[in-house]
Amino acid sequence: MISFRVDGRSVVPPYLQIVQQVRQALRMGVLDVGDKLPTVREVVAATAVNPNTVLKAYRDLERDGLVEPRAGHGTFVVGRPAGPPPGTHSRLARSLAHWVRGAREAGLDDESIESLLRITLRAAADEETA
Amino acid sequence: MMASSDPAVIQTRRLSKRYRRVTALSEATVTVPEGRISALIGPNGAGKTTLLRLLTGLARPTGGDITVLGGTPRQNAAFLSGVGFLAQEIPLYRHLSAEDHIGIGAHLNARWDGTSVRRRLESLDIPVDRQVGRLSGGQRAQLALALTLAKRPRLLLLDEPVAALDPLARRQFLAHLAEAVADGGLTVVLSSHLLADLERTCDHLILLAKSRVQLCGDIDTLLAEHQVLVGPAKDTTAIERDHTLVQAVRTARQTTLLIRRSGPVIDPAFEVADVGLEELVLGYMGQVAGAAPAQLTSIGEDQ
Repeated sequence: MISFRVDGRSVVPPYLQIVQQVRQALRMGVLDVGDKLPTVREVVAATAVNPNTVLKAYRDLERDGLVEPRAGHGTFVVGRPAGPPPGTHSRLARSLAHWVRGAREAGLDDESIESLLRITLRAAADEETA
Repeated sequence: MMASSDPAVIQTRRLSKRYRRVTALSEATVTVPEGRISALIGPNGAGKTTLLRLLTGLARPTGGDITVLGGTPRQNAAFLSGVGFLAQEIPLYRHLSAEDHIGIGAHLNARWDGTSVRRRLESLDIPVDRQVGRLSGGQRAQLALALTLAKRPRLLLLDEPVAALDPLARRQFLAHLAEAVADGGLTVVLSSHLLADLERTCDHLILLAKSRVQLCGDIDTLLAEHQVLVGPAKDTTAIERDHTLVQAVRTARQTTLLIRRSGPVIDPAFEVADVGLEELVLGYMGQVAGAAPAQLTSIGEDQ
């Protein structure tokens, strides 16, 4: 069983924080197929988030084929997120770290780097949808 | 599960309340569907307490229509058995214990679940035999909420229940509330100034200012309908024609617009950003007050 943290100051909406934490737990192997997610009541009791927020997160995960509600029993993991195996993450993390060192040497501070990353991500998304 | 087709527990149309020469609430049209936790937000004197009193039948409207749980709010047993109301002043007897209050509740209510109160107090380590006056503020608020829920209301109205509590007690109180809603069959309206708490726990919003309803609806929908545009200081007539301008902050170089959009925003000169609840609320309050949002940050504080 995992527990969720919901950060009220995050720009990421609470339901998406829950979705991301389930996906992250699946990627890290903390959760696996067959595992049960906490009930809505348990999440609500621990975090004070709105019950509909938790339902929305679980529906999102269900739509992506990661979890499945079983009447009277709870919500269970039925799949892993698509994507490259964990090795890919660490390889990309190393090359990104290399890039960040280069950016720092060029005089960029964290804020400039984050801003540059956001702009690049948005441009890439626009390119994909164009 | 939330759906736009959920039946309305509260439905008002052009609801008004005048006290002699003062208009406390003007033409308020509000819908709260079943199962929502609705945040009732507004500056002091905006009409929040008046609306709550009208919903409980403690005050009678001077204009408009009001339907609560399918009927007209009245201070009679049939109506009040479905409605729980927790006022700013928590109604507890200081010299009696929690157990005494559970006994009184059993006498006064046809439907009464005293076991749920004992179970809740036990889980919070609140002694049932101690005089209420010797409990902490947070413990008293939890007891009052548990007692209000014990009569199994279908609608719970709360007038600033957490204002005086410390952050941990507030979180526990709101978790208790959200759990009761998760169990099903309960709708909540909660007035508060504490936007961060409301953003976490509420999924519906009623925004009052100057005795009028400025916004009412599911928070996700309201947020999706609004956007902030940041761009150069230039003519914005086209944007104002295509969308509803809520608030504009203009400097010599820059224009920041909060809009309720009627479709996609296609002016490439402007950067489009999503709005958060706080930005939305302050934007509407600023519009009404005719002031920049920076001057209104005091609504986060308590009176």
